[in-house]
Amino acid sequence: MRTDLYQGHDYLLMDELLTEEHRLIRDTARAWVKQEVSPIIEDAAERCEFPKHLLPGLGEIGAFGPYIPEEYGGAGLDQIAYGLIMQELERCDSGLRSTASVQSSLVMYPIWKYGSEEQKQKFLPKLATGEWMGCFGLTEPDHGSNPGGMTTHYKEDGDDIILNGAKMWISNAPFAQMAVVWAKNEEGRIHGVLVERGMEGFSTPTMKGKWSLRASDTGELIFDNVRVPKTNILPGRSGLGAPLSCLDSARYGIAWGAIGAALDCYDVGLRYAKERKQFGRPIAGFQLQQKKLAEAITEISKAQLMTLRIGQLRNEGRATSAQISMAKRNNVDMAIHIAREMRQVLGGMGIMNEYPIMRHMANLESVITYEGTHDIHLLITGFDITGENAFK
Amino acid sequence: MAMKFLVCISKAPDTTSRIAFTEGDTQFDANGVQFIVNPYDEWYALVRALELKEQHGGSVTTLTVGQADCDPVIRKALAIGADDAIRIDANPVDAMQVATLIAEQARQGAYDVILCGKETIDHNGSVVGGMLAELIDAPFISLATSLEVEGNTVKAKREASGGLEHVQAESPVVVSASKGMAEQRIPNMRGIMAARTKPLNVISAEESAQSASVAKFELPPAKGDCKIVSADEPEELVRLLREEAKIL
Repeated sequence: MRTDLYQGHDYLLMDELLTEEHRLIRDTARAWVKQEVSPIIEDAAERCEFPKHLLPGLGEIGAFGPYIPEEYGGAGLDQIAYGLIMQELERCDSGLRSTASVQSSLVMYPIWKYGSEEQKQKFLPKLATGEWMGCFGLTEPDHGSNPGGMTTHYKEDGDDIILNGAKMWISNAPFAQMAVVWAKNEEGRIHGVLVERGMEGFSTPTMKGKWSLRASDTGELIFDNVRVPKTNILPGRSGLGAPLSCLDSARYGIAWGAIGAALDCYDVGLRYAKERKQFGRPIAGFQLQQKKLAEAITEISKAQLMTLRIGQLRNEGRATSAQISMAKRNNVDMAIHIAREMRQVLGGMGIMNEYPIMRHMANLESVITYEGTHDIHLLITGFDITGENAFK
Repeated sequence: MAMKFLVCISKAPDTTSRIAFTEGDTQFDANGVQFIVNPYDEWYALVRALELKEQHGGSVTTLTVGQADCDPVIRKALAIGADDAIRIDANPVDAMQVATLIAEQARQGAYDVILCGKETIDHNGSVVGGMLAELIDAPFISLATSLEVEGNTVKAKREASGGLEHVQAESPVVVSASKGMAEQRIPNMRGIMAARTKPLNVISAEESAQSASVAKFELPPAKGDCKIVSADEPEELVRLLREEAKIL
């Protein structure tokens, strides 16, 4: 069992821009992660198993839908509090943060924003505690960066719909009790459908063989003539904008989470450089190591400032999808670069599971790909600043 | 029996803080330092009081001598589960001043058990509890590693040289908490939300005389280099201990 020596790094005194409650929430999540997750995460990643026993604890620290109003079981917190929790979870493992991101931004968020009152009352309180887990079905085997081309569809049949199709790369799918599935109706319009485990024809096979996010469960969603009551269709919004708005929320959480992964790699690299001696002195005293460390804390500090600003804008309802894309793209790229650089600071020890860097590095290969690839986010920014659409 | 617990809470620098001094090494440099609830106050005294309240009923109030910069650690204590908090608005400068201010509130509140950590992890004075007990004329159990209540009787264990000492006293009593009395309790989101509306009563304090002041702080000497001596060379170890360390 590795002792988690992590301590936060706040080079620009960003804590002074947070509220007392933000800091308490952040420190609580950090303490819980150190106590409950750090001792078991390497083992879970090696065995490629999601540690399900953590779900009630994640609910207790508010990791599931913290911005959902209290009347639906949430904590009624702001976007910055949500981001700080995601940062602390991904500081330990991107897979852990993915589980919480999906539950919060991709399952609870659409039910809260677009669900009926009955749907909110039925699902949100159980999702907030982790008693029920959810997943989000948008990506398909042949439709990743182009979700609007999806083929999953349904036909009306009395008070029900009959759903057919398949979704792929779905976090939480193997154990989720329900799924928010995006499918086209007979007119080709995209709607959100709440599919519950146990509905006949609905299966969730696990995807095996991942070298990344090994402590998170990923699977497929297969719909073979699944009969779903019409009351399970999200009534509040339809069209591709509905799932994309969920992705805005998730990408915002990822932007914070990536800072967490970067902080952990930097923390490990800095401590190692100060302790490891070569040529009679700590390697932290050599210029090439200082370059890596100084660049890392500079990039982390820049990312912290950008992400906090977007959090402020989200609190005011003013953050745009393009701004969130910029933060997601920048921060994940920043984190993966720092992981690689800190791995080098550790020399050969950097590849060992005694340290978390290789796990972070492998995880971030997924994070830089899902929720909009690195390249796609560049095109979103490009579209935003030029007005020219490079997707078509 | 339901008891009224008063738990004395201090703020202390996080253990990973870089320690520095200003004004001719007479003042602690708090710039950039993260403050936490003093661990002996939080992990042991507060959590044990909450456990006893959960078993027997009663109430848990925290008390802090300090200025508004103490409010974050007080709010954490409320998030962990304390019912309400008192902050005596004064700059804590020495142990007698702090004990005197706490004593006034302890008398007014008629508490059954007053708990404090065995020491704060910054100044390591360990004397406020004893002073407080004397000031309110109550028994004092120091460095307790366990605490139980039966009726009006408070039972504690203390680590004595080579064994354990079982101590008991009738309430009201002052107890200083040592490692082992309870396990750390991490607040949950419900607790954090509830802490928003729990009472934090700020009481103004009269000026009190300072009986002792710090003339100078001094950092410990830097650690020397570690020398590794092979297990096959005991003679070399003896030579180093004799000629370099000069302890043989």
